[in-house]
Amino acid sequence: MNIYQDIILDHYHHPHNQGRLIKPDKSGKVSNPLCGDKIEMMIDFEKNKVKEVKFHGEGCVISTASASMLTDFAKSKSKEELKKLNSKFIIKMLGIDLGMTRIKCAVLPLEALHKLL
Amino acid sequence: MINLKDIKNQFPIFKHQPGLVYLDSTATSLKPKIVIDKINEYYSEYSANVFRGIYPMSEKATAEFEETRGVVSKFINANNSREIIFTRNATESLNLLAYSLGRKIINPGDEIVTTIMEHHSNFVPWQVLAEEVGATFKIIDIDEDGNLEFKIQNSELLKQIITKKTKILTLTYVSNVLGTINPIKEIISTAKSINPNIIAIIDAAQAVPHLKIDVQELGADFIVFSSHKMLGPTGVGVLWGKEKILKDMYPFMYGGDMIDEVYVDRTTFKDVPHKFEAGTPAIGEVIAFKESIKFLEKIGMNNILEHEKKLTDFAINRLIDTFGQSIKIYGPKKIEDRGGIISFSFDKFHPHDIAQILADQGICVRAGHHCAMPLHTRLKVQATVRASFYIYNDEKDVEKLVEGLKKVKNILK
Ligand SMILES: Cc1ncc(COP(=O)(O)O)c(C=O)c1O
Repeated sequence: MNIYQDIILDHYHHPHNQGRLIKPDKSGKVSNPLCGDKIEMMIDFEKNKVKEVKFHGEGCVISTASASMLTDFAKSKSKEELKKLNSKFIIKMLGIDLGMTRIKCAVLPLEALHKLL
Repeated sequence: MINLKDIKNQFPIFKHQPGLVYLDSTATSLKPKIVIDKINEYYSEYSANVFRGIYPMSEKATAEFEETRGVVSKFINANNSREIIFTRNATESLNLLAYSLGRKIINPGDEIVTTIMEHHSNFVPWQVLAEEVGATFKIIDIDEDGNLEFKIQNSELLKQIITKKTKILTLTYVSNVLGTINPIKEIISTAKSINPNIIAIIDAAQAVPHLKIDVQELGADFIVFSSHKMLGPTGVGVLWGKEKILKDMYPFMYGGDMIDEVYVDRTTFKDVPHKFEAGTPAIGEVIAFKESIKFLEKIGMNNILEHEKKLTDFAINRLIDTFGQSIKIYGPKKIEDRGGIISFSFDKFHPHDIAQILADQGICVRAGHHCAMPLHTRLKVQATVRASFYIYNDEKDVEKLVEGLKKVKNILK
């Protein structure tokens, strides 16, 4: 199956939650030296739940789309819920078949998010 | 002239992968049937160990194995076949040198000189050695065109880098990213005129498959390369070195086949080349390796280089004509200075996405830093896309690449 589905490309061209937060509660960076993807994620909490989350950086289609969808999903979820997310969840969220190398692109935003919890 | 149709027919992979556009021979080459058949012959007909059995099968295997050593020796014009050492790959050959030679001759304050365009396998072993010993690790830069700075500045620049303290100069013949063909002979002779004691090591992994190499004429002390990049099997690398220096070096690994006599209190070692070949080697693969060399020689190394240069020139022109400013090709502008490797950036598209969309159309290219991170940092790019050519590629492959990139643009724009 082609991984460049319309929905993926739509998130790539118009990523949700792209940008920065002013004085976030927490922020963290991750990178994949192999392909040069870099993502910084910023987050604000309200009690135990995500109030606002944004990301920016350089990425391929897959990592950008994944960051866009993941940040949408994360809003108003609790830290515990988010800690449980794994690569299986990401694959399901993206709804595409990913080869071994591209999985790394897809889970990079999740790594960034986990750093903030 | 190369008869392409005839050549393609000799590579079974094109029957199994119809429509395959293979543009990643820099990573590893495809294999002709005669090489595959020869491996099969060893495993089917005389699959004994070498140097051990007295029985005929083992003698046959040993003779075939040693015949390859002779063929390699002639192919690069070594003095004799004792100067040919079989390793697993070019990487192992370089690590062998860093260990067995480097640890013998490098002292605190000595200098090891390399270049910014090296593959990690000719960079990291020396960097680590220098750090361990307290030696200085020096790096020759490139100019904006992707040639070693040495080339335009003639010998003056090299004189600033190479000194009486330099023990080792190690550099690549052909860059696996830029395609630059370095003027190795001139570099070595200039270096040795500054300091005659320098040991010159050439990473010829991207050179031996594509151009005629004569180690005597180059003036190098060591060269390394891999069988799998020159139509041969994986698991076989070559280290060629001057016998006199090889004899003085430490062994690399200890064990079977490399020892002379072992007592409880001491061990003596075999002479070169066996001193460096511990344990059971990749017997069938070494045996079959000679078939790939014969295949290349039949086509002629000069024809191969000419074919690749023509194709590269054609490809660069087609890419620039079609995509103009949105494609950035790295490496020398002059075709004389480069071999069949084209690394590029395309618009703002990520190399992974480009390679993936090309892959969906049956086009194999590489995306990433191609094991040359210092070079990519120097070029100020994280990653590039690389297309590379060999004897089985033709203008149709280039056209498919151009069409493929159009599709990339359509999907990602
Ligand atoms: C210039 C250069 N040197 C060394 C190597 C390492 O070769 P191998 O992986 O066969 O050890 C490569 C392989 O890509 C190369 O391109």
